[in-house]
Amino acid sequence: MIETVIFYVFAVATVVSATAVVTVKNPVHAALFLVLSFFTSAVIWMSLEAEFLAIALVLVYVGAVMVLFIFVVMMLDINVARLREGFVRYLPLGLLVAAIMLGLMLSVVTSDVFVLDAGSEPLPKPADYSNTKALGGVLYTDYVFAFEIAAVILLVAIIAAISLTMRKREKTKYQVPSEQIKVRKADRLRIVKMPSEEKR
Amino acid sequence: MTETLSSIDAWLSQFVHEYLLFTVYSGLKALLILMPLFIVVAYYTLAERKVIGYMQIRKGPNRVGPKGLFQPFADMFKLMFKEIIIPTNSNKYLFIIAPVITFAPAMAAWAVIPFNDTLVFSNINAGLLYILAMTSIGVYGVIIAGWASNSKYALLGAMRSAAQIVAYEIAMGFALVGVLMVGGSLNLGEIVNRQAGGIGHWFFIPLLPLFFVYLISGVAETNRAPFDVAEGESEIVAGFHVEYSGMTFAVFFLAEYANMILIAMLCSLLFFGGWLSPVPDLLGDSIGWLFGKTAVFMLLFLWFRATFPRYRYDQIMRLGWKVLLPVTIFWLAVEGVAVYFKIGPWFV
Repeated sequence: MIETVIFYVFAVATVVSATAVVTVKNPVHAALFLVLSFFTSAVIWMSLEAEFLAIALVLVYVGAVMVLFIFVVMMLDINVARLREGFVRYLPLGLLVAAIMLGLMLSVVTSDVFVLDAGSEPLPKPADYSNTKALGGVLYTDYVFAFEIAAVILLVAIIAAISLTMRKREKTKYQVPSEQIKVRKADRLRIVKMPSEEKR
Repeated sequence: MTETLSSIDAWLSQFVHEYLLFTVYSGLKALLILMPLFIVVAYYTLAERKVIGYMQIRKGPNRVGPKGLFQPFADMFKLMFKEIIIPTNSNKYLFIIAPVITFAPAMAAWAVIPFNDTLVFSNINAGLLYILAMTSIGVYGVIIAGWASNSKYALLGAMRSAAQIVAYEIAMGFALVGVLMVGGSLNLGEIVNRQAGGIGHWFFIPLLPLFFVYLISGVAETNRAPFDVAEGESEIVAGFHVEYSGMTFAVFFLAEYANMILIAMLCSLLFFGGWLSPVPDLLGDSIGWLFGKTAVFMLLFLWFRATFPRYRYDQIMRLGWKVLLPVTIFWLAVEGVAVYFKIGPWFV
């Protein structure tokens, strides 16, 4: 009973915040609503006993990805008026994409794979069941190649991103810490012996 | 009619017995953890001023009550009665909500901290991950506060904080991966129990580099000196909370100190055997050990502040990405070898 209440509260919050992401005018608010919708979907996953996925969602997407996202959105001077231009022009294309996505989702939901037997809820697991352990077991045995291919693709993406942004620029000023540490007192300081001023 | 009434009655009694009582019971348990925490935070602020005072050959606060012992209450009442000023053109809702967003995860993280074998609010399997997740949400308070204040200084503080926290969270996460490789579990209680058998079995010995990485990134994550560039009072006044006053400021303060205590306690749980005694043959395990070890790390935080000058921003980034991260990755590889060959007494 209480699970149902929790589900509906957070499901409504997810839908409302996800809608707000695309409807609010301020880009920072939109990003914050995206954070909220990630968080509420994590709660829904938690109620499905997928605690590893739920916590990983909060840790990775809320804790790291969206922080960088908001960081960038705050720095950019986004011209909202220009972004809002051409709504009518792009409307047919947008509607087409929306219709295709709706069709795809419907075909998935109504397919045989995801159909739920009427009246049979999945049974709750016993308290000593570890979702993390089960996930790790599957990921590193049955799906180890898919997992490692994904890891390699990510590595390639990281290297590509770094090599795209790394460029030597003239006149860039930067410090070399090893040089800074190597500095000795004698290199910078000259002590001049002088006779003290005579008393008059 | 009577049937519907009786069914409503049955539903109500089930509701009261199963959910309401459970909620009240959990609430009381949470209070039993949080109330002492608030008192410790209050006296931690006094201890900070006293300790730094003595380190700088001053006396620190000594006017309110005997030896200044009532100073935290004086501070608290002052903050409670101060006016909360909301800057013009600031984003009002976000401005008010920011301290709450910092405060709530700082408190929520305490839910999975075990104080001894049985004394834990929620003994969940993925405890370590949960703590990482909760501490990573806290940065939103800082970012939102900085952005909503409509102030250049606050925004600069928020920017610095965001970059710093992302950098150090990775090193911190990798250090914790090392802990769970030795501990063989994400459950904090199990990790502590794996360290049973005296000081030689504690994890700080095989994980010494990771322990230092964790401690350093813990200091950085809590925005404490020498990593307090988000506040940086010499350049950007008070950074992200420059516009906050009264209780809104106090809530930020409370969250920061609660996080410091949390990091100190995690250091003692994950690397120093938590409530386990260093010499089990002579002295028994007790919660006192945990508090004693935590107190030492809490003192370290204050000691750092009195000793080190603040890092420059590029130095912080360099330390996080180029020093701490490679150290953790290297040590994870070493640990992998140790786990494979079952080098005792830790990797058995």
